[in-house]
Amino acid sequence: MLQIESLKVFHGPIEAVHGIDINVPEGKCVTLLGTNGAGKTSTLSSITGTARATGTIRLDGEDISRLSIEERCKLGIALSPEGRRIFANLTVYDNLIMGGATRRDKKQLTADIAAWFVQFPVLGERSSQRAGTLSGGEQQMLAIARALVSNPRILLLDEPSLGLAPQITAKIFEIIRDLKTLGMTILLVEQNASAAIEVSDYVYVLNTGTISSHGDASKFGDGTKLVDELTGVHR
Amino acid sequence: MDYVIQQVLNALSFGAEYALIALGLAIVFSIMGLVNFAHGEVIAFGGYSMIIVATLLTANPWVLMIGVLAFCVLASVVLERVAFRTVRRADLTTGLLTAFGVSIVLQNLFLLLGSPRPMAATQFIFLDQTLTLGNIRVSSLQIYETGATIIAIGLLMLFLRKTTLGVAMRAAALDFEMVRLCGIRANRVIAGAFAISGLLAGLACIFIMARRGSVAPHMGFDPVLTAFVACVIGGFGSLPGAVLGGFLLGITEVAVLVLLPQSYGGMAQAAVFTLVALILIWRPDGILSPALDKGDKI
Ligand SMILES: Nc1ncnc2c1ncn2[C@@H]1O[C@H](COP(=O)(O)OP(=O)(O)OP(=O)(O)O)[C@@H](O)[C@H]1O
Ligand SMILES: [Mg+2]
Repeated sequence: MLQIESLKVFHGPIEAVHGIDINVPEGKCVTLLGTNGAGKTSTLSSITGTARATGTIRLDGEDISRLSIEERCKLGIALSPEGRRIFANLTVYDNLIMGGATRRDKKQLTADIAAWFVQFPVLGERSSQRAGTLSGGEQQMLAIARALVSNPRILLLDEPSLGLAPQITAKIFEIIRDLKTLGMTILLVEQNASAAIEVSDYVYVLNTGTISSHGDASKFGDGTKLVDELTGVHR
Repeated sequence: MDYVIQQVLNALSFGAEYALIALGLAIVFSIMGLVNFAHGEVIAFGGYSMIIVATLLTANPWVLMIGVLAFCVLASVVLERVAFRTVRRADLTTGLLTAFGVSIVLQNLFLLLGSPRPMAATQFIFLDQTLTLGNIRVSSLQIYETGATIIAIGLLMLFLRKTTLGVAMRAAALDFEMVRLCGIRANRVIAGAFAISGLLAGLACIFIMARRGSVAPHMGFDPVLTAFVACVIGGFGSLPGAVLGGFLLGITEVAVLVLLPQSYGGMAQAAVFTLVALILIWRPDGILSPALDKGDKI
């Protein structure tokens, strides 16, 4: 569904990603692993259009690399960003209204928000509360829900487990697994290798802007060897 | 009793005018970090366009009022499109200088095409009559101005809470890129902010003209400077802060005039700004400066 070829991403004069290829097939969960500064967020930014990039990015065969941020969102690319970036000054409900802003069927949108509130009861209970008052885990769920209410073709998740307690992380990965069962196409960025490998079908390992290895998730086992390799630990 | 009520209304109407203009500045600043000093020229443009419409089309004051509102909205949106869109990604200073430049260019255009001296525009002075309520005599203009401002603020609050575009504007004040990532067009949000700003300028224009009975090139500039101070007191970028700052400034001005002995009349401005300085020592970012809670980022 999403095909990326010879992608280079720039921040001003700095080239953060040096020509990578990534393929995300429909209905699959693909993970991009890498240490700090590897270029994972940069890669996602080039897909959403917030970072300058060269190369081709195709969604359903159509090159979207020239489109604006807003147009890409309308084509069905939704992002749950690094650091969550929920609208702290809006209510939980209004955050979801923002997520669904591109939808024309406002009645259906209201119904969908109600359905997500069933899926994420913690959000439903706090729907009229300011989003800034939510806990970190709740904010992460809100960021994911906000991306989902747009009914995206593909969901980009940037380090959804960042800074969360182990139980909350487990809950977030459970949500990802549920989304996969529902047929959602997911591009997941993570540093938590073992949990990410477990939910995904295919894995790319990004190392200072280039892909150092990739393959079916099963090839990476539980990820410990990979972590050792990336962090330079020899057991 | 008469005197007290008159002065209270006086303070409220001054405050209302500052609050209207300060809100126009704040809504644009909160979204794109631009201090729009050309806002005053939007007000003046409303005045000149009224003279043209009154000469060419109609003398009906109600039609003229709607015309002023419409022309101010138009002027504000066109200014954004022509002058500010190109410097949207530039830093704060560039935006500020652009706004000052636009302001000076427009004032000079008004000088050249209009007249350096005030032009009579008495179409709205009928709003200013002396009303006798029981045995108290008050100015109707002050009641209209205070009332219209309160209604405008209420409608703006409704808009910002109940419509998708309004909610997007509040969200954009926090994280504009995230709003774009939700598929809401940046141009729409910014044009919306300038349109609202223009509408508020139009409302202020009507009341300024009703009071002055004339139009002049700089008629908007001084009120905008005062409104700028109101924004600073209230907390720049905060809409409630702009309203609070506006009313506080109006009330202080009138209070100083009333309380200072007549012979110290010239000290009024100095007294007001001393108070402003004291407020800023107490709260350097303004009374209601937007809280820095952007949520738990990590
Ligand atoms: N806005 C920016 N300006 C300049 N350099 C940047 C910018 N954003 C990222 N970089 C640089 O690009 C490189 C890749 O950064 P990126 O954020 O994509 O890494 P990442 O893999 O997401 O890391 P992390 O796991 O820490 O989030 C880094 O060297 C970083 O310093
Ligand atoms: Mg990152």
